[in-house]
Amino acid sequence: MDLLQWLSAILLLSGCALGVIGGIGINRFPDFYTRMHAAGVTDTLCAGLFFGGLMIHFGLTLASAKLFLIFLFMLFTCPTSTHALAKAARHSGLVPWTKTSGVEQGASK
Amino acid sequence: MKHMSALLVILAVLWWILSGYTKVLLISLGVVSVIFTTFLAHRMNVVDDESHPLHLSFKLVRYWGYLLGQIVISNFQVIKVILSPNPDIDPSVVQTRISRHSELGKVVLGNSVTLTPGTVTLEVKGDLIEAHALNRAAAQGVLSGDMDARVPSEVEVKS
Amino acid sequence: MILAAAAIAILVTMLLAIVRALLGPSIFDRMLAVNMFGTKTVMLISLIAALAGRADYLDIALVYAMINFIAMIAVMKYFEYGTLGHDGETTEE
Repeated sequence: MDLLQWLSAILLLSGCALGVIGGIGINRFPDFYTRMHAAGVTDTLCAGLFFGGLMIHFGLTLASAKLFLIFLFMLFTCPTSTHALAKAARHSGLVPWTKTSGVEQGASK
Repeated sequence: MKHMSALLVILAVLWWILSGYTKVLLISLGVVSVIFTTFLAHRMNVVDDESHPLHLSFKLVRYWGYLLGQIVISNFQVIKVILSPNPDIDPSVVQTRISRHSELGKVVLGNSVTLTPGTVTLEVKGDLIEAHALNRAAAQGVLSGDMDARVPSEVEVKS
Repeated sequence: MILAAAAIAILVTMLLAIVRALLGPSIFDRMLAVNMFGTKTVMLISLIAALAGRADYLDIALVYAMINFIAMIAVMKYFEYGTLGHDGETTEE
């Protein structure tokens, strides 16, 4: 294995590890609004590292350009859909959890 | 005209990246479809400063660099919260003023706040932005207005 | 080898997202989990493209990303306004 393959493997695996951490986060956090932040981790840095690793894996080909397009598309659309979710939740009257209110909404622990 | 030619170039590059064809017949078909799409966009009147913010391309690149750094930093903060045995979760809804008044400026700031984990834009009301923050540190990040000040001032320019 | 390990990690993430989608409790938690599941699917398809050595599959990933986004916005618009025909400009505050 040469240097580029190592770099690609490190980026890929760290991206996937961040994905799993985000998955743990959305099961661990107390309410919807805090879970959005955990999902944000998987949408930004996790996707960035993952697609970076795959781009190095494919090398300088059209496939890399396509991967970059997918990543760019996700980077532009994820905040939009997260904001749509947050706004709809807020307008539906879902009250954000605070430290003092203490009642966890369906926490797994 | 500047915007139309930019759209033409972007569409042509996109067509070639997505297809990868090199045969003359297929490329000529691609050229026809690109020109037809540009014509349709012209007819629909959707090509303007808002859809093609050419005037701020260089400033925007610098802003993206700053945003990338912020995303990485706040990602590690959120990861630390997720993995720590007794997480430092102290959510709050904070409000702060936006200094850019154009719609484009508000969209750029709102999306940037959402894109950095730890803060999510809940609502934009006039000049106020309402954000949900995961803990005190994230709330401070929004309240300090650092990101707001770095949004390129060229977003205001209307042609 | 590394690609397979990455695929397993992504499948684990998808599993965690499904757990949250099933637990709920609010409908927004479920939608959040489904959205996350969708982005993970895009990543899985790109990974399968690398595993199979066929770059064509990336087109499917791109289209899936678009469908995921549009479905998300459509469902959220339905929640917010009760109809898909609303222009979204006028808000009732």
